[in-house]
Amino acid sequence: MSQTTIHMNDVNKWFGTMHVLRDINLTVNKGEHLVLCGPSGSGKSTLIRCINALEEIQGGTIEVNGNVLGKKGANVDHVRRDVGMVFQQFNLFPHLTVLQNCMLAPRRIHRISEAEAKDKAMHFLEQVHIAEHGHKYPAQLSGGQQQRVAIARALCMGPQIMLFDEPTSALDPEMVKEVLDTMVGLADQGITMICVTHEMGFARAVAHRVIFMDRGEIIETAPPTEFFGNPQHERTRAFLSQILNH
Amino acid sequence: MNYTFDFTPIFQAWGLLAQGAWATVYISAISMALGLVFGIVLTALRMAPLAPLRAFAIGYIELVRNTPFLVQVFFIYFGMPELGLRLNAMEAAILTMTLNCSAYIAEIVRSGVESIRPGQIEAGKALGLSTPDVYRFIVFRPAIRAVYPSLCSQFVLMMLNTSLVASISAQELTYAAQMIDNRTFRSFEVYFVLGAIYLVLSQLFSVGLSMIGRVYFSYPTK
Amino acid sequence: MIRTFGFPELLFILDGAKWTVLMSLAAFLFGGLLGLLVALARTSKIRPARFLALCYIQLFQGTPLLIQLFIVYFGLPIIGIRVELWLALITGLSLHASGFLAEIWRGSIQAVPEGQTEAARALGLGYISRMRDVVLPQAFRISLPATVGFMVNLVKGTALAALLGLTELTRAGQLMSNITFEPLKVYATVGLVYFAICLPLTLVSSRLERRLNARG
Repeated sequence: MSQTTIHMNDVNKWFGTMHVLRDINLTVNKGEHLVLCGPSGSGKSTLIRCINALEEIQGGTIEVNGNVLGKKGANVDHVRRDVGMVFQQFNLFPHLTVLQNCMLAPRRIHRISEAEAKDKAMHFLEQVHIAEHGHKYPAQLSGGQQQRVAIARALCMGPQIMLFDEPTSALDPEMVKEVLDTMVGLADQGITMICVTHEMGFARAVAHRVIFMDRGEIIETAPPTEFFGNPQHERTRAFLSQILNH
Repeated sequence: MNYTFDFTPIFQAWGLLAQGAWATVYISAISMALGLVFGIVLTALRMAPLAPLRAFAIGYIELVRNTPFLVQVFFIYFGMPELGLRLNAMEAAILTMTLNCSAYIAEIVRSGVESIRPGQIEAGKALGLSTPDVYRFIVFRPAIRAVYPSLCSQFVLMMLNTSLVASISAQELTYAAQMIDNRTFRSFEVYFVLGAIYLVLSQLFSVGLSMIGRVYFSYPTK
Repeated sequence: MIRTFGFPELLFILDGAKWTVLMSLAAFLFGGLLGLLVALARTSKIRPARFLALCYIQLFQGTPLLIQLFIVYFGLPIIGIRVELWLALITGLSLHASGFLAEIWRGSIQAVPEGQTEAARALGLGYISRMRDVVLPQAFRISLPATVGFMVNLVKGTALAALLGLTELTRAGQLMSNITFEPLKVYATVGLVYFAICLPLTLVSSRLERRLNARG
């Protein structure tokens, strides 16, 4: 797994006068699993939102699967087709059933037939163990179920990279496990994953590297054993003691 | 009070009133449908990334919303022939109604679109959908659902507004009543019955529109 | 003799606007007073009062303003009141306004959190004080954008007086159009005068709305 999938070079971003990403340099290899953590406002969500161009950057370059995200939305469509995203708030479409949620993008973008889209949707809904709810609307599902549908919906587009933006933060505690299990299953299939999460058990289990961010900067990057066993930076230690000892 | 009410001549002319009521429903339905289409186009212009398009939409919407419908009717019916556009009363009525409706609908639809959480649009974009597709398949239905009650009351107001096109002799319900008035001189009774018919029509419109809404927006929400 | 549309004709139209403004103000004032009573009835604890108020509002929201004006105009003499056209029109417009304002204010009164009424009751305040000192001031603030917005509708509504023959702004336009044969220019002018009256109200209304939303 040496092939480069994502390459961020000196990326800088401002919200107005607030400098939210400072000189970010990051290379992600094909099949690699990354966990991003850090205090709120550290820029971790912003960073992954830049990767599929939900946020514009003001400096530096981002290359995804050979497509350079430049100014004025160049290559955005190509990049988004290769990158799936799962949000904190699920963002399922309330007026569409679970199946329709999964079928919309493949039908519109890949122009596949309804039957084919349905087969594909059912396949991924089975993978996340929710196929029996295919005819229901999002509002009829629990948070954990909705988030699993959201994962299946992203997978239907056949992405090579999956971004997870705090996928379990909005869930009731008893539903966190079902979503994490789904994500672990996905990791086992070898897809490239970048997860913003504070689930350190998940990080230990699947991450190849854990990245700690604070105030818009990458402070520390290390494999999980090193990251949790022997953090190098004072800020990392402070952060870990806060989230591990509560 | 020694006035004797006499409704018989009005009820004898029920055929005229029925025809008029049908014309009112007809004008209203066509203008609402066309107004909805143009209104959505206006909303798109109103939210377009290009400043001149936005300015045009805002100018149009505010001009229409801040002048009386009656003056708009006169402007189209009497004024347009000067520019070479000669319309009969019915055409002028439908055209003015449509132009008028679209501005109000555009304002309502815009507030519906603005009520959609940004996460919905982001989710669509993250799936790779184009911006038109995001608005068509993801934003449209929940946006209309959010403002459907306002949209319905606007539709009812528009139906009631059609009474003004009698002033250019478009043959709808109020025009029919005025003909009966001229014939019978029973003004109060005529307009009393006319008011009752409009009241029934507006209730029917309300019920009909909310039934359409219940079918189209049948999906559950939290 | 055909006249061209010039300064005297413009003055004639502007003179008509006097009536437009006067009728709007009067209808807002009287309609507001009546509308407040109806709104209070609509939100009261007394069931028949609520029902009657509902019917009242439905009546004015479910029929065209033009027909309301006709009914008042032809109905007043029947109940023995003979008045000038302008007075009949102000009566009709006021009744119309009361129906719509009542509905706007009903919504605003109900938008004041229930806890406010309960707190006032816990303090031992009677109905009048509860409404006057606690609920209505808050409802007033909530209702302001819609109330100002309705004023625009009222100004536009006065145009219907033209169809009953009062020489306000629109009727003045009709008369000038008939003698100049320049309807395009005349009605555009009339429209612009209405626009000049209504636009400031619309702008105030939307600014109030933004401020209300910003405050949550």
